[in-house]
Amino acid sequence: MNIIVCIKQVPDTTEIKLDPTTGTLLRDGVPSIMNPDDKGGLEIALRLKEQRGGQVTVLTMGPPQAEEILREALAMGVDRAILLSDRKFAGADTLATSNALAGALRTLPFDVVIAGRQAIDGDTAQVGPQVAEHLDLPQVTYAEEIARADDNCLTVRRAIEEGHQIVEVALPCLLTVSAGAVRPRYMSVRGVVEAHGREVERWNFDSISVDERRVGLKGSPTRVFKSFARGGRNAGTPREVDPGEAAEIIIERLQEKFIL
Amino acid sequence: MNFSLTKTQELFLRMIREFADKEVKPLAAEVDEQERFPAETVKKMAGLGLMGIPFPTEYGGAGGDNLLYSLAVEELSRACATTGVILSAHTSLCAAPLHEFGSPAQRAKYLPRLASGEWLGAFGLTEPNAGTDASAQQTTAEEKDDHYLLNGNKIFITNAARARVYIVFAMTDKSKGTRGISAFIVERDFPGFSVGKEEKKMGIRGSATCELIMTNCIVPKDNLLGQTGKGFGIAMKTLDGGRVGIAAQALGIAQGALDETVKYVKERKQFGKAIGQFQNTQFQLADLETKVQAARLLVRSAAFKKDKGLPYAADAAMAKLFAAETAMEVATKAVQFHGGYGYTREYPVERMMRDAKITEIYEGTSEVQRMVIASHLLK
Repeated sequence: MNIIVCIKQVPDTTEIKLDPTTGTLLRDGVPSIMNPDDKGGLEIALRLKEQRGGQVTVLTMGPPQAEEILREALAMGVDRAILLSDRKFAGADTLATSNALAGALRTLPFDVVIAGRQAIDGDTAQVGPQVAEHLDLPQVTYAEEIARADDNCLTVRRAIEEGHQIVEVALPCLLTVSAGAVRPRYMSVRGVVEAHGREVERWNFDSISVDERRVGLKGSPTRVFKSFARGGRNAGTPREVDPGEAAEIIIERLQEKFIL
Repeated sequence: MNFSLTKTQELFLRMIREFADKEVKPLAAEVDEQERFPAETVKKMAGLGLMGIPFPTEYGGAGGDNLLYSLAVEELSRACATTGVILSAHTSLCAAPLHEFGSPAQRAKYLPRLASGEWLGAFGLTEPNAGTDASAQQTTAEEKDDHYLLNGNKIFITNAARARVYIVFAMTDKSKGTRGISAFIVERDFPGFSVGKEEKKMGIRGSATCELIMTNCIVPKDNLLGQTGKGFGIAMKTLDGGRVGIAAQALGIAQGALDETVKYVKERKQFGKAIGQFQNTQFQLADLETKVQAARLLVRSAAFKKDKGLPYAADAAMAKLFAAETAMEVATKAVQFHGGYGYTREYPVERMMRDAKITEIYEGTSEVQRMVIASHLLK
């Protein structure tokens, strides 16, 4: 079974601090890590390979230093690593990113594509589903476990708000996985020792099948007008009323905020 | 000259730090309190290849080197010194002499089992009357037909209760002094071999330290390690390597105690401000940090020289001496900074201070390290 995992290098947001005066992110010296949801996806992929045999490939689009997470993936046990890197891809929003990734996937054989649910830097949760749409693949989001894998079908447990859903999906397909679903393995010592001697394939725009107008800044319809830190919540106004009236006030407020 | 870690070493550090923080640190207090060998952790370490870091892949090792191994012992010991010494004794004192002095058949038989972590290893040199004076061995090995008969007791043996194979030293010819000492590979199942009761220790309380008792213990001739009469040299060379491991353990304890202290002095308020804001705190912490970094350079330099095949015995002795005394100083001051809280088991520095002490004693006391260093200086 050919499994491709799309991964992204992100700043470790748990280490990021805000500038107290401007409210902007202080990214200097913040370590870069493999996006946690993607790491969860990689673990699901490695388990699927252990169960069914085959090959796990990791694919990332990013600047040259994104190679670091590919080395980490090699040390965790993947078979092949591809770095998709080109100035033409720079400035991409989620649509342009998914177009580039889909362009790369069109040139690779696969049965299953796995992506992290969302990245901790952008938190959009759009890229995985968009890739599935570009490639016309059935997709299962919030996948937690592959309960069963046959030659042409996966049985997947996915998280929903009320609990779990068990779904069947025909291959080829795309899954998105969140970090909480599974505990990723550690790199092995031998994997680490060998990781820097193994090949990371370097792909650019010419390696993939995509229209130039649909990638990078040109292919990105999203425009950011303003970024700002969310203000702190105020303490609210205490009111002393009887319980019946209190309930009415609460319901009214919840309706105002469209929660009810 | 390059003082930075390589990309491989950095990746390894990332892996071992995460492992130490998530798998080792949460158990450290319990392992100490219950004097419990952390078998579940050792099993996980085996699964990742940590029990065979510096050995070639053909013997089931990870194909790494002593620098990676020293990083592993340091990071594990930062979280739990018991776990650090289990790895150190297994790797440096059992698997390493088998790799260095073993015959092809001995390597093929024992190294894959040790490197995979299927078997844990230990080392038996110390006796009730042969501590720093290791040449005063009283254990004897008598040649008989196709085997040796070993008689005697070894004490304070790290990993003893859990190991399956031991490198044991015994006199094959008492008349020859140190030239009459030989090394043997002794399996736990050999007839006449048994493990005594566990020692009640001040620190590293989970490391399963026991006596080895050999009463007409039958050891096949194939299990003589190296040549007859060469055991003392094997023991000394093995301890040179072991000192890199213990230096790394001491460094890890020092770093762990310093980390805890830095965290604490930022939080603890007295006289209306965090105690870290007092200059006395700052100056003392600056000195401790400087010593920890100096210890780290000594440890890495010794490991580096060993990997390069350069003479490193004096370097290992200096690393072990300085790191051990730094660990003791940092841990003692860490308790002082924590005040009354530091004297309780609510905070890990109390354990770290007890753990630190052994690094000044085992695998050559600080006095022995000074003897080694001086002998290199004056030769």
